[in-house]
Amino acid sequence: MLQTLDDTFLRLATLDRDVLAIAWLSLRVSLSAVGIGLALGVPVGAFLAVAAFPGRGAVVGLLNAFMGLPPVIVGLVLYLLLSRSGPLGSLGLLFTPSAMVAAQAVLATPLIAALTRQVIADSEAHLGEQLRSLGLSAPRRALALIHDTRFSLVTTALAAFGRAISEIGAVLVVGGNIDGHTRTMTTAISLETQKGDLSLALALGVVLMGLVIAVNGAAALLRGYAVRAFG
Amino acid sequence: MPSLHLDDLSFCRNGTTILDGLTADIPAAGITALIGPNGAGKSITLRIIDGLIAPTRGRVRIVASAPVRRAFVFQRPALVRASALANVALALVPLRLNRAEREARARAALARVGLADRARDPATRFSGGEQQRLALARAWAVEPGLLLADEPTANLDPAVTELVEALLAEMAARGTKVVLVSHNLGQVMRLAADVLVLAKGRAVEHGPVRAILTAPQRPETRAYIAGELPWTSFAAVS
Repeated sequence: MLQTLDDTFLRLATLDRDVLAIAWLSLRVSLSAVGIGLALGVPVGAFLAVAAFPGRGAVVGLLNAFMGLPPVIVGLVLYLLLSRSGPLGSLGLLFTPSAMVAAQAVLATPLIAALTRQVIADSEAHLGEQLRSLGLSAPRRALALIHDTRFSLVTTALAAFGRAISEIGAVLVVGGNIDGHTRTMTTAISLETQKGDLSLALALGVVLMGLVIAVNGAAALLRGYAVRAFG
Repeated sequence: MPSLHLDDLSFCRNGTTILDGLTADIPAAGITALIGPNGAGKSITLRIIDGLIAPTRGRVRIVASAPVRRAFVFQRPALVRASALANVALALVPLRLNRAEREARARAALARVGLADRARDPATRFSGGEQQRLALARAWAVEPGLLLADEPTANLDPAVTELVEALLAEMAARGTKVVLVSHNLGQVMRLAADVLVLAKGRAVEHGPVRAILTAPQRPETRAYIAGELPWTSFAAVS
């Protein structure tokens, strides 16, 4: 046990190249997935908060349910789509970081859309009547509400980042955990634990925690600055 | 200026009747005040006129020679988390002006309400009085044909109240039809040309401001004014 901790600190102190490469890939994949999730999920959430149409309640309910999508199921469905015999097999994306981004984006998007809808619906309850009285169209009202809630949406993005970077099922299935190519923090921790290289697994765990804390800290600082500067 | 015709307006919510066949013809000229006790249906009437909610029965006819641009000033101003300038400019988006024109008009409106030097400040940090002045600037900027104001001076200090009243009077003088809901009968006397009294969702009395406030004919109006101005004795004037 003590030897394992010693080795862990040694790997961290010497900034093991493997650890850095894996950390960088994890960060790149998860941030890309959150970026895609924001681009898709925020407009969808805002639309659902502002628009009124038959069946909206059912769509919102389904979206909320999709927040709990099991990562391994998402991975499996994407695997079927991206495998050679699948409809998207010709893209050659299986076992690439792009497939991992796609998988995590599928997990992040409903979470972002559902949380955005809730945040914007709360803002709409306060501002909606005023915005409608200005004669603004539904898309313009949605834009104004996104602008109004932009600081709260940072928290939504962080929740999605947390879900993306901590999941293992989806990236393992579509990425394949290939050394130096698609190995992320979570897949590596799992593998190294099974192999018995606990010092590397622990070092990766410490770095993963550090990354999550650093990203959240940076976002909190940015949010605090923006709130002070822009209200 | 548009004239407004409220034809048999009814509005029910959650089984409660709020408007019950409200019928009134509101003249095109001057400021019309809607007065009456809480729950009489004044705010709902303003929202129906603005199209924010649909009546359960009846309709509103706005008669004018051209389409009427509307503006609404709420009792509690609702502002977006953005600068004062952006809040006013947002109201100008439906007018299809370019960005420079929107900003120029927004700045002029802010100057009119004495907030020119606060244009870049976050609107949500403004005091209550400043927020209402900003809401007035937003209405002023769109140069509406019809302004609906729902207790715009409730909870404001006398100086800001005076400014809001001056702005409403100026807008009316420049050709905006103003419909004002207010419990401040002094304000109603200062601003309004005519007064429509509502009680229990119906119009009970409508006439020139002085006649309504000094010699009300209906018991509902007398009871309301006596409640707002307890020192008034109608026995002496009627």
